[in-house]
Amino acid sequence: MKVTFSRRQLAIPYVIYLLIFVVAPLVVIVSYAFTNGDGRPTLQNLIGFFTNPNTLGTLVYSLLLALVTTVICLLIAYPVAFVLSQSKWKARSVVVMLFVMPMWINFTLRITALKEILTAIEGNLAFHPFFNSVIGMTYDFLPFMILPIYTQLTRLDHSLVEAAADLGANPVQTFLRITLPLSVPGIISAVSMVFLPAMTNYVVLDMLYNSTYIMGSLIGSYFSAYDWHGGSMISLLMLLMICLFTLVTRGTEESAQVRGGTIV
Amino acid sequence: MKKYLGTLIVVLVLLLVYAPILILTVYSFTDATSIGFAGHFSVHNYVTLFTTPELADMIWGTVALALGAAFLATILGTLGAIGSFYAKHKWQSAINLVNQIPVINADVVTGFSICILLVAVFGISKDTYIPLVIGHVTLCAPFVYLSVLPKLGQMDPSIYEAALDLGASPSYALRKVVLPQIMSGVLSGFAMAITLSLDDYFVATYTKPATFDTISTYVVNATRGSQTEIKTALWALSTIIFLIVLAVALMMNRMQGRTDNERRAKAAERA
Repeated sequence: MKVTFSRRQLAIPYVIYLLIFVVAPLVVIVSYAFTNGDGRPTLQNLIGFFTNPNTLGTLVYSLLLALVTTVICLLIAYPVAFVLSQSKWKARSVVVMLFVMPMWINFTLRITALKEILTAIEGNLAFHPFFNSVIGMTYDFLPFMILPIYTQLTRLDHSLVEAAADLGANPVQTFLRITLPLSVPGIISAVSMVFLPAMTNYVVLDMLYNSTYIMGSLIGSYFSAYDWHGGSMISLLMLLMICLFTLVTRGTEESAQVRGGTIV
Repeated sequence: MKKYLGTLIVVLVLLLVYAPILILTVYSFTDATSIGFAGHFSVHNYVTLFTTPELADMIWGTVALALGAAFLATILGTLGAIGSFYAKHKWQSAINLVNQIPVINADVVTGFSICILLVAVFGISKDTYIPLVIGHVTLCAPFVYLSVLPKLGQMDPSIYEAALDLGASPSYALRKVVLPQIMSGVLSGFAMAITLSLDDYFVATYTKPATFDTISTYVVNATRGSQTEIKTALWALSTIIFLIVLAVALMMNRMQGRTDNERRAKAAERA
């Protein structure tokens, strides 16, 4: 028997897969978020989150941690990306590779390495929980910050920089008025790669003995307590925040490549 | 002076990034139980790593999961990308949109929501490994899709049509004409899928059977525990993974250099 098919039908398995395992879980989360244990509709999960000082404190703590991590990552990553993009080193591709490589090493093992070093330096990690968490997050996410900025800077039209110089701008002026503004798309996509994970990756905190909750830990704790309705509400709030962030930054496809660890 | 400042920054940051890994590598070859304490040369961490069944199980389990999930994700994602590429525009936009959800979503939310659907709604036991595999395929397939789709756009459509005109069946033409042209995207999608699966903690922790551990979940549990023997054996594991990644990176770099040279040679020929 000869099977005939059109090429577009090849998408059918994937479309079904996406419907069952991507769309359906979201529907389930929404319905769990707005119901209680008896299956009755309720807004209590939502109201509870915004009226409980503990969960609000968690939100503030996560935002603060994510903000500080993002700023520090940016302050380290931008100069590195800039130097790399300007360099004429023969081994440039090797150096870029060295900055990307940590992405391919399991992050729990990298944080273990960091933890051993911090313990050797500080003695007891519990004395500086916020500081250690910022270091841990920065260490974990730095490659994700460097790569998009570097990619954007290498794409920059070099003749603009030359033109600025020809018209009498000094290097600082050229950087501030040409290079920096043109690298903003890279910065935005880099920030979205770091800020949101820094709000949810609670394993970094766990491993560095910081027992304060961030948004991700809330989901984990509801999960362990089998409170799937509360956990769904937090997941939904996280998802809304992520969607909002993505809409504002429009950093999608490129971020995907960076997250996947490709070298562009 | 300015030239050296740039180099200095790069070298300094590289040192910071690699210092923990390299120090751990050195200590993995000693009998020291903490960094900063003197120890003697010893390979006992490596002996422990390879002879403790629990450790071997979790390493091979992680590798098997990554290969299996990446394989399934590559088939699904590639077929999805081909179908979506030839589908009507509004269908393609819809698939692109849904495909984007796991990419931008926090992994903890992805893992949690899949667990609720499969365990709470469908009643599938985590011990069947089904939630775990589905979780990882869901994590990886969208990246394969995104890696294949642009390759289809770069293809010359007339070659496929020529094949049909010359009597090839659509499926034959797909295998012999389309697939070779998008192969680089399929392979890099597969590689991405493996990386994502190996690095994942969150999806696994919400979907895995209680008796199964991936490297990530095992390491996190080990940091909570106090078994020094296991802790230092993980230093050895970290060293081995670091060396494998380094080897792969160097290989990729050489291959990339070679294709660059070929491209340059071809360009020179044409000129």
